[in-house]
Amino acid sequence: MSSFSVTEPSKRSKWFAGTLVILYALITMVPLAWIMLTGFKSPADAISYPPKVLFEPTLEGYVNLFTTRTRQTDEFLAANPPQTWYDRIVREYDMVIAGPSKFGERFLNSVIIGFGSTFLSIFLGTLAAYAFSRFKIPLADDLLFFILSTRMMPPIAVAIPIFLMYRQLGLSDTHLGMILLYTGVNISLAVWLLKGFIDEIPLEYEEAALIDGYTRFQAFYKVVLPQAATGIASTAIFCLIFAWNEYAFAVLLTSGTAQTAPPFIPTIIGVGGLDWPAVAAGATIFLLPVMIFTILLRKHLLRGITFGAVRK
Amino acid sequence: MAQIQIKNIRKDFGDFNAVKESTFTIEDGEFFMLLGPSGCGKTTTLRMIAGLELPTSGEIYLDGEEISQLPPSKRDIAFVFQMFALYPHMNVRRNLSYPLVSQGMARRDVKAKVEEVAGILGIQDILNRPVGGLSGGDRQRVALGRAIVRDPKAFMMDEPLGALDAEFREHMAEELRALHDRMNATTVYVTHDQLEAMQMGDKIVVMNNAVVEQFGTPQEIYDKPATMFVADFIGSPSMNFLHFDGTVGEGDESVTLGGEVMRIPRTRQGASGKLVFGVRPEHVTLSDSGTYRGEILASEYLGTTQIITLDTPNGELKARIDSAQVAKVGEKVGLGFNPRTITLFDAGSGHALRSDLNNEVLANG
Repeated sequence: MSSFSVTEPSKRSKWFAGTLVILYALITMVPLAWIMLTGFKSPADAISYPPKVLFEPTLEGYVNLFTTRTRQTDEFLAANPPQTWYDRIVREYDMVIAGPSKFGERFLNSVIIGFGSTFLSIFLGTLAAYAFSRFKIPLADDLLFFILSTRMMPPIAVAIPIFLMYRQLGLSDTHLGMILLYTGVNISLAVWLLKGFIDEIPLEYEEAALIDGYTRFQAFYKVVLPQAATGIASTAIFCLIFAWNEYAFAVLLTSGTAQTAPPFIPTIIGVGGLDWPAVAAGATIFLLPVMIFTILLRKHLLRGITFGAVRK
Repeated sequence: MAQIQIKNIRKDFGDFNAVKESTFTIEDGEFFMLLGPSGCGKTTTLRMIAGLELPTSGEIYLDGEEISQLPPSKRDIAFVFQMFALYPHMNVRRNLSYPLVSQGMARRDVKAKVEEVAGILGIQDILNRPVGGLSGGDRQRVALGRAIVRDPKAFMMDEPLGALDAEFREHMAEELRALHDRMNATTVYVTHDQLEAMQMGDKIVVMNNAVVEQFGTPQEIYDKPATMFVADFIGSPSMNFLHFDGTVGEGDESVTLGGEVMRIPRTRQGASGKLVFGVRPEHVTLSDSGTYRGEILASEYLGTTQIITLDTPNGELKARIDSAQVAKVGEKVGLGFNPRTITLFDAGSGHALRSDLNNEVLANG
């Protein structure tokens, strides 16, 4: 009889599980790969049927994403030979680069609003969670329920009141307005997640720090915060993903100065026909920050998700 | 090092009264035990001395200075937690340095002091290890090190051996006591283990239900219990209580128990009604001639001694006798009690009646 163990999976089941995971990863990554590849295609290759898997890569999509272009007369083109590699790409269509596109600006807006609201959610969430976890607060349970209840309907259900309110307050199409909005949506998640993490940190660590001569606040940031790093990291990822990908409010409340990348990327379609490679290039670049952020915090995230599930 | 005076200290958590007005004094350099069953208020008392809880009323004096409302960082008192509470994100060296860094000590002095303390505790070789992988004993040593590194005025210890294996506890208890004798530091130690308290303490406070039952040396508490609770809590097996109805007058030197006259230490206080005759098992002797008789119900062999359980006219009684002595179950034997060790209690209040035996002890408790 073969030996049986509850904790150690057999070789065959490991092999099976591994294959399954790889297969699943391949399937889910096909659209992602398709977007990334399309970003390097020429417009003709991008819409050819049957779809081309092998093609000659070009940076045309990226150049079109970041620039605005104008058509010029033959005399002008002859008089001004192309200076750079991106000039040359554009020249193939008898065009010259007129200036940068709005993509850079919109992307920066996404970064400011996404990371800004994540930071604010985590900052306020950590303080609130610490207070709920450690102090005797009158009606603490009711307050916590109230905080959770702000997420009991889809945020977009209150889109019209928020739209009107923002217009009155002058918050429409401002960075501050979007940061406050996304923080408002994320804060309940942040408080609840972080309270769970802080509850798990034994009170004795802070008491030891108090005894060792530190103030309550020093004990909080020197002892509690490092212990809560895992929880803070995973909560930050959840907050950032929401704020980064949010589309509906961004369409409704922003149009110019504070417009984020998600409502901007589809508008590239309107410039000189359907520029699919530029859209794909924009989507690829848009994916990167969250991916990098998640990879950087991956170690914390994995621990964070299972943290608190099992009592030590 | 310092003397700690506790005066009428009280702690309420909402409607719950955790500690009732308690008063006792911890002398400079004493190893002082707070003993009692769980939930009796001993840990709350300790935490009030350290500043982790603020008393509802009453005063705490540290070397004559009233500190009861100061934050813990201003008291210069160290605390050893039951679960050690070593900072898990730091290695051993940083854990030990932490209390010194908060005082703004120069880095070189911190290093020297940490090395010195590590030497005292024999943990030099693990200074650079993370605390996560340490054994229970090493964690305990690091926790002690963190307490002694800044030379505080006093140490508070909350069941510091509670988290250790039984066999290792004994060893750590000796180490702890030796460390105390070497440093001569005022130490307040909370435990629910009466053996630990007797073995290590210079003085013991016995608490029950938020009240200080008795305060004194281990000998006083064992030989001259002030209440039936103390007599029952201390000693294994605990003191025998023979219940009887009767009257004792002030100055009496005997009582009548089950129709037999028993000699007792001369009383300083009269009482009548439901009384209790308290005698420790080792002060009971078996003899064929005794007129007060009991039937042997069981016997437990413990090596050099044996514990005999008997049925007497005043209830069940345990006797600790030489294991060479023959004691057959079912046999009726005569019983003798060492008259100088008897304590009488008032069954209603549970308090000991004052006599020549315990007068001095009860007068200051």
